[in-house]
Amino acid sequence: MMGAVLSLGVIAQSGPSQFLGTIVNGVSLGAIYALLAMGFVIIFKATQVVNFAHGALATLGAYFTAVVAVDLNFPGRYIQGSPVLGWSISVMVALVLSALVGMLLERIFVRPMVGEELFSLAIITLGMHIVLLTVVTDLIGPDPRSIADPWGDARVELGFVIIPQTQIAQFVAAIALMLLVGLFFRTRTGVAMRATAFDQEAARAQGINVGRIFAIAWAIGAVLATVGGVFGSVYPRRVGVFPDTALLAMRAFPAIILGGLDSVGGAVIGGLVVGLAESLAGSYLNQPLFGTGFSGIVPYLLMMIVLFVRPHGIFGTGEVRRI
Amino acid sequence: MRGRPLLHTSYARDQAMMPTATKKAVLAVFLGLAALAPFASRIPLYPDFLGDNDWMKLLSHVAIFGIGALGINLLTGVAGQVSLGHAFFMGVGAYVGAVFGAPTGDLWGLGLPMWIWLPMAGVVPALIGILVGPAAVRVRGLYLAFATLALVFIGEWAWRNLTFITGGSFSGRSFPDFQWRWWKEEEPVVDFTTDSVWMGYAVSEEAKVYLMMVAFLVVATLLAKNLQRTRTGRAFQAIRDRDIAAEVMGVNEFRYKLMAFGISSGFAGVAGALFASFVGRQIPETWDLFLSVEFLAIILIGGAGTVSGALMGSAFVVILPRLVQDFTDALKQTIVGGEGTLAAVADVVVAVSADDSGIVHTLPGVGPGLSVFQLNQILFGLLIILFMILEPLGLYGIWVRVRNYWRGWPFTY
Repeated sequence: MMGAVLSLGVIAQSGPSQFLGTIVNGVSLGAIYALLAMGFVIIFKATQVVNFAHGALATLGAYFTAVVAVDLNFPGRYIQGSPVLGWSISVMVALVLSALVGMLLERIFVRPMVGEELFSLAIITLGMHIVLLTVVTDLIGPDPRSIADPWGDARVELGFVIIPQTQIAQFVAAIALMLLVGLFFRTRTGVAMRATAFDQEAARAQGINVGRIFAIAWAIGAVLATVGGVFGSVYPRRVGVFPDTALLAMRAFPAIILGGLDSVGGAVIGGLVVGLAESLAGSYLNQPLFGTGFSGIVPYLLMMIVLFVRPHGIFGTGEVRRI
Repeated sequence: MRGRPLLHTSYARDQAMMPTATKKAVLAVFLGLAALAPFASRIPLYPDFLGDNDWMKLLSHVAIFGIGALGINLLTGVAGQVSLGHAFFMGVGAYVGAVFGAPTGDLWGLGLPMWIWLPMAGVVPALIGILVGPAAVRVRGLYLAFATLALVFIGEWAWRNLTFITGGSFSGRSFPDFQWRWWKEEEPVVDFTTDSVWMGYAVSEEAKVYLMMVAFLVVATLLAKNLQRTRTGRAFQAIRDRDIAAEVMGVNEFRYKLMAFGISSGFAGVAGALFASFVGRQIPETWDLFLSVEFLAIILIGGAGTVSGALMGSAFVVILPRLVQDFTDALKQTIVGGEGTLAAVADVVVAVSADDSGIVHTLPGVGPGLSVFQLNQILFGLLIILFMILEPLGLYGIWVRVRNYWRGWPFTY
């Protein structure tokens, strides 16, 4: 928002095509943040865990994609005709792997702590973050791993703007996933998850298998994080999986605060706002006034402002203080 | 009163720093041993290796981190506000110290003596903490963790761009030496950067720095411990235990939270300045999120809310990597040396050459498996998790159990 206001004057000079390009880029970045934030919020709502390991999960998921799609070349070596289909299946396999890792993490580290304070759980996830990220960094090795997306740097020209095909794919995937999550909440399991989020003990008393809900929430969280990580590792953002994909997820935290820790819809909107702000700042607020890397901290500045004005986020539930 | 250590007949006694004679004795012995460590080789039965220069360095590192840990312990352990921003304030302290203390050159530096730059490195971060505090203190619980997380990233950007102070990402900057001068004169009164002879004993540069750090740590510990016993300290604890109840009882929550934030930042600043000067050269990336997490881990592993826990935690977290390093080196020697069951077992775990497939590889550079550094990181992360799950009171909790065992002996309770 701040970026938008400050850049209005600059837009006139740089022309509408750069501006529209920035907007498209911002929305696509916002979609990545929204996916990461949604996964985070689902885990938080269902299991009361603030998952600081989300970035590590995203990196791990992107690494799985690299292994399945490039190292194993599955199912690329069986499906020659359609690279998009082949790659999509590879990603699906990677998603299943990440979901398993998410469930495993929940079972080993989170389940023993059910009912403990929020802080203890948050700090456990910080520990998980360090362990996971170290392992992933070692697995990735010194060079980035390509994840062999079928689009490469191909672009589509639409009037003023040139949109990379990866970003179009990303919009489609993000919207599809958001719809899927929305639909999931209407299923029997989804309703059970909402009940668990509302009151764990009451849900248990109603016969809901809370442990299973926890596992499902972590699986969904890991899947959403992985999709975010995958799209954060392709053109035009990156040439492959780096260990610092985790930082991308760190920048999704402001999106969560903006939207409110416990609002899935808020996470989407927060993600878009943060993505747009970062993209605009990247295009219009550069050297020498703002220094290098300013766009990277715009999300955090936004977050500080929101915390000042509305501590529980725009869509979050305000805290009720009872004596 | 002997034999009934839990019987307190007055409030003053209950709040006494050293309520029992045993505690006084233990502390005196411990301080004595700590002060004598540099002369270990001259003292019979004293572990020799502690006096070696690299162990002196390690112990100085422990003392510096101890000062920082006391700060975050006040905020997180005593006042109950989880902060991830400790590294940011350490950075502020380090650069304030450098601006005041480092000699004038390409980068900013006033070349003032240590008795000016060290207190400034505490005062300025404390003021900055109070300035940015309202953003952080207004929010509660996890939101505070997020707000302070933002501080770390904003700080990293600032340090990278304020090249006239920080030297930028590539070269970093050098920090002031440990020299005691009254003013800017050439000849320092006490120079901590050269070996010398004190009262007939040869004292190395590292040993001098160590002794100074121990002195600072003692002062910091006294400050932290005493603060907990004052009205302010009790207010912190009331906020931690139940903030609404505290407010009902007349504790001004906002004011005391801000105070906790400021004091903690001051401790962090001093620790940051000492750490930067101790290492000598730092790049802006030193003050990153990992450092913050490290401090959080220190007080959690040590035992949140206790002064001795903060100190035990620092010792544990700082010395552990060294022990892991030594242990892998020893295993490597056994493998290279050849036979024995130990070598056979170790060979599977540790890789000594590039084509060897062990989980840990000791050669620098790329190879299969984890490097010793990575092994340390993983151990560190696992320790945080395990302590939270199995021993939430940390090392202090273990100590309490050991103590109670002896106190009740031969009964178990």
